[in-house]
Amino acid sequence: MKNKLTKILVFGLFLFIFFIFFLALNSNKRYNTENLIGEKITDFQLYSLVNEKILSSKNLRKNNYTLINFWASWCAPCKIEHKYLLKLNENKNIKIFGINHKDKKDNAIKFLKDLGNPYDYLAKNNDGKISIKFGVYGIPESILINKKLEIIKKFIGPINDNDYKEIIRIINYK
Amino acid sequence: MLSSIGNILIIFTIILSFLLIYYSIYFLKNDSGIIPRKIYLFSLYQITFSVISFFTLVAGFIVSDFSLITVFQNSHTLKPLFYKISGTWGNHEGSLLLWVNVLIIFSYLFLIYGKKYNVSYRLYTLICQNILILGFLFFLLLNSNPFGIILPTPKEGLGLNPILQDPALAVHPPLLYIGFVGSSVYFSAAIGSLLSGFRGQSFANSVKPWVTISWTFQTAGIIVGSIWAYYELGWGGFWFWDPVENASLLPWFSMTALMHSIIVLEKRDTLYPWVIILCLMTFTLSVTGTFLVRSGILNSVHTFANDPARGLYILIFLVIMVFSALIIFFTKYKKKNYNLNIDSKETFMLVNNWFMVFYLFTVLIGTVYPIFTDIIGQNKISVGPPFYNLVIIPIVIPFLLIMAIAPKYRWLKNNYKNFKILVALLIASISINILINYYFKSYSLLSSLIIISSIFLILNTSIDLFKTLTKKMSFDSPRIFSHLGFGLLVFFISINFNYSEEYDFNLRVGEKKTFNNTSVFFESLKLNDEKNYKAIVGTFNILNLNNLSNINLKPEIRIYKQKESVTYETSIRTRLSHDLYLTMSNINQSEFYNIKFQKKPFMIWIWFSALMIVLGGCLRFYKNEK
Repeated sequence: MKNKLTKILVFGLFLFIFFIFFLALNSNKRYNTENLIGEKITDFQLYSLVNEKILSSKNLRKNNYTLINFWASWCAPCKIEHKYLLKLNENKNIKIFGINHKDKKDNAIKFLKDLGNPYDYLAKNNDGKISIKFGVYGIPESILINKKLEIIKKFIGPINDNDYKEIIRIINYK
Repeated sequence: MLSSIGNILIIFTIILSFLLIYYSIYFLKNDSGIIPRKIYLFSLYQITFSVISFFTLVAGFIVSDFSLITVFQNSHTLKPLFYKISGTWGNHEGSLLLWVNVLIIFSYLFLIYGKKYNVSYRLYTLICQNILILGFLFFLLLNSNPFGIILPTPKEGLGLNPILQDPALAVHPPLLYIGFVGSSVYFSAAIGSLLSGFRGQSFANSVKPWVTISWTFQTAGIIVGSIWAYYELGWGGFWFWDPVENASLLPWFSMTALMHSIIVLEKRDTLYPWVIILCLMTFTLSVTGTFLVRSGILNSVHTFANDPARGLYILIFLVIMVFSALIIFFTKYKKKNYNLNIDSKETFMLVNNWFMVFYLFTVLIGTVYPIFTDIIGQNKISVGPPFYNLVIIPIVIPFLLIMAIAPKYRWLKNNYKNFKILVALLIASISINILINYYFKSYSLLSSLIIISSIFLILNTSIDLFKTLTKKMSFDSPRIFSHLGFGLLVFFISINFNYSEEYDFNLRVGEKKTFNNTSVFFESLKLNDEKNYKAIVGTFNILNLNNLSNINLKPEIRIYKQKESVTYETSIRTRLSHDLYLTMSNINQSEFYNIKFQKKPFMIWIWFSALMIVLGGCLRFYKNEK
């Protein structure tokens, strides 16, 4: 009898631990904004990277669509997505809001000088706090919002050809 | 090209694993008393194919074949050759291939070096080991293939994270893997033993060398990792209670407990079930650690790119592994009355196990507790050094004292005079501690107790060492070296922890800062162009005002061309009595630099004592072989 109880307890304990691990695996989703689609972005105020101006969420209300892009000069995949951002910048229907993440100003400016500047707005976020507000998972990451500042789609990692086409499809719809 | 070779070799290895399992089961049914040649041959082919597949990947890194996605993501043509090679295991896919290789190598070695043991025990062990191998091979092939290709082939790779471009970090993963994965052999052997009924002293005898090997490598791996953290991470610490460090420590506790209890089993034929539990637990903890790290559940400096699918696979594997082991254990283990002779030296060796289990559970709870509160209570908490320091440090005191006395239990009981020697040693330890307090002019009760008990252990084992050297006593040298090393380690760490000096200030070129009896002068700054990075090198003149001796320290700020990142290189001057440790970092838009200057007593001796523990492991292995 005592033996049986030990067995049940041991099995139960392991089941419980593994079940929690399983839940923890899936709970990672809570940190990203994928399930925030349709919700409004939080209000924010950030300093511009190039001057002392303040950029806020209000600035984005006048655009039909805005792509908020988190990037840094130290981030290699950011270079991969850069050409798509440049291409997107040619489209009149969308503005790109770049948030420079935990970076050195000189490096960031050199990066844009070398590769081209796709950003209509450029803000700095040295301490990375705003990325927590946005639920950003890693760099690069982009969030597509509409005029009402609602999140339409979120792109984790560098934007690729498919993502680019999808963005174009969304913003040219209507 | 390399991709196809690699994939084909992996598939061959998988087929051979199936064949090995099939034939092992077949021969178990027609027990012929010896293991047929076929099994040895298949095993030899298996190890050959898997080792070649590993070197295929190494070749991919050496020739910078960027059609392999792993090479593209983790290498660069401008990287020095040494780091191209070490880049092979500096990423998830490559390290998994290394993991599988260690599994296979250990499986083969166990097969060929175990000829004197029972045949069905060896076959069961081989089957179990090959099931593990298959599990990881499928994981490798389906989810983390190091030979995946990228099209079109990129011209240049993304580069390896610069802080990983370091000699210590090149050897750290292989050492740890031999420890981690080496424990798979006694996991399989434990299952084999339960299934075949090959138990008791001879089982202990067959498993002991593998425990010693994995323990030695695990210890060495942890030390190398700490040394790396000390000079690379730039704040002077070497242990952070980071979840991943804990993940390497958990199996270490369990291995250490096993090292001791297996001697009891070998000599007294008791404790068989406990030894089996420890064998099963060690590898389970290794895989659990891997799961926690690779799935990204725990965030830490070691986290590779996260992938929930990866985590799910390891979790399923872990569940199958643990539950099959439990079912086998509960069905096969028959209760037998073991007579544990209370009045023996071996009983005291078990005291070690109580402490190890206590440490194990403390660290385990500290590591996984945040996951549980997050899921159950939706609360984010983090468990840091204060928790570990509070729970673990006081318990170190009785641990050290018992470690000093327990091995001499007999010797003490026999003679009252010996007891007086012990008291004398204790008084000597207390006096030394008073001198230390006087020299450093500070005092704290807890650290004094730790220092006293560590000196007590050092003195005790030193006497044993002396007796062994003068041949008055035939003592076991592995025990003496490891225990002496451990005593010294605790002693130097507590001195270092309590009496390190740290100064944090801003300076610009030409300025000087003075404190206590040292002055730091910022002499010059220059820019160097190296092969794969640019370096801003500062020259600092450190003057000791007591004896007017001075030295130069040259910390660097490195800007890497690939991976576009900046690292801060510490400048360290090691003396026998202390390390001088200096890092500088630039302050945005200012000509001032932020300087962290530290004086850390006895750093070199911490590494020395840790290596002495490893030496104990090596000696144990050597003695076993003789």
